[in-house]
Amino acid sequence: MGFVRKVWAIVAKDVAAELHTREMISAMLVFSVLALFIFSFALDLRGAMARAAAPGVLWATVAFAGTLGLSRSLAREQQTGCIDGLLLAPLDRSAIFFGKAIGNLIFMAVVEIVLLPLFSALFDTPLLQSGVLIVVALGTVGYAAVGTLLAAIAVNTRAREVMLPVLLLPLAIPALIAAVQATGGLVDGATWAEVGGWVRLLVVYDMVIVAVSMLTFGYVVEE
Amino acid sequence: MRKPGQDRLGIVLVGLSGVAVCVALGMVFFYAPREAAMGEVQRIFYFHVASAWVGFFAFFITFLAGIGYLARGERRWDILALSSVEIGLTFITMTVITGALWAKPAWGTYWTWEPRLTISAVQLLIYVAYGMLRAAIDSPERKARFAAVYGIVAFVTVPLSWFAIRWWRTIHPDILTSGGGMATTPKMTQTLMVSLAAFTLLYVTLLRQRIRLERAADALARLRLRADRIGK
Repeated sequence: MGFVRKVWAIVAKDVAAELHTREMISAMLVFSVLALFIFSFALDLRGAMARAAAPGVLWATVAFAGTLGLSRSLAREQQTGCIDGLLLAPLDRSAIFFGKAIGNLIFMAVVEIVLLPLFSALFDTPLLQSGVLIVVALGTVGYAAVGTLLAAIAVNTRAREVMLPVLLLPLAIPALIAAVQATGGLVDGATWAEVGGWVRLLVVYDMVIVAVSMLTFGYVVEE
Repeated sequence: MRKPGQDRLGIVLVGLSGVAVCVALGMVFFYAPREAAMGEVQRIFYFHVASAWVGFFAFFITFLAGIGYLARGERRWDILALSSVEIGLTFITMTVITGALWAKPAWGTYWTWEPRLTISAVQLLIYVAYGMLRAAIDSPERKARFAAVYGIVAFVTVPLSWFAIRWWRTIHPDILTSGGGMATTPKMTQTLMVSLAAFTLLYVTLLRQRIRLERAADALARLRLRADRIGK
């Protein structure tokens, strides 16, 4: 079996499990909508103020909702003992990493697909444009990659779910700044070239983070 | 194992770094000229920059020690990583505090999102998380392995954070900090160099002591284990 097919098998397993229980995506979605409301109440978001705050609120919501899904995804492997099966299977550790990371990426993407139109409507902001969608995709790739690695660490600690945001959020700061700035620029009518610096930073972050996470993931799951 | 009293190199290092820090202090207050725009308060700059340098250098050593541990799996690499993080945290905390103390008289507020100060604060958060991670794992082997991975991933985000934070501040120009440039004289540069050297020496001294402490703790744990076995 080729590398891609092995990765795909793990992704398919996660998607099938999620279709069966729907616990991750539903928790992330409900949490996201709640966060959206809490931010609106807390910051009293209306009119121009809502439009100015939309990119920041969007990314904060995605980041927090992401930690929910990520820790659940790896905790499920642990509880069902599935991770032991994966480690015994004739698989490269990096195949397990890519399988889990792509699965998490898909779940976050599903949540984002629902969130973006909701944000556009509630904050009266043009988020549904191709540029923003590319930025959202780039921001989510790096976040899902480093999140998968750190969730695998967090589920093996005493603090479990509490540990993941503490570990993940400070490392996600560059991606969050770049994603908020690029999204904000595009919403304000900036051209693709004007936000190019931020997009390049996101691409570099994704490449560095995916490479380092892939290389170190084996050390995290080995027993 | 040698007794602490026989640690000649350790005593020499403590003496040397003590003298070096005193010389640096003397130069900061009596040799470096009074900065024209900011006055006496600018003198905090020498120790502020020196502690930032030691903080980042310490985290770099932890990054290297993490690679060493993953490659070799030897306890000494983990001891190096752990010791360096603790000292780095102390110095980066000093950086953030001295930065805030300097910002108040210079710019009228304790906190400005000045890029270098901001990235120091981000490092502080990252390595506090590193400490929490270590504290939340029981198995020493797993603790070392996870900490090594986190130390590596954390450090590769430093340059990315730096660019992100710097561009972020350039896009929203901060009037408060834009006038913060200093006219430096040779005497100021010399004072800064001596401060950097003194703090680096202090780092080496502290690192060596911290490593010895951890080894002593390991030795004590082994002795306890043996005593327990004999007791039974």
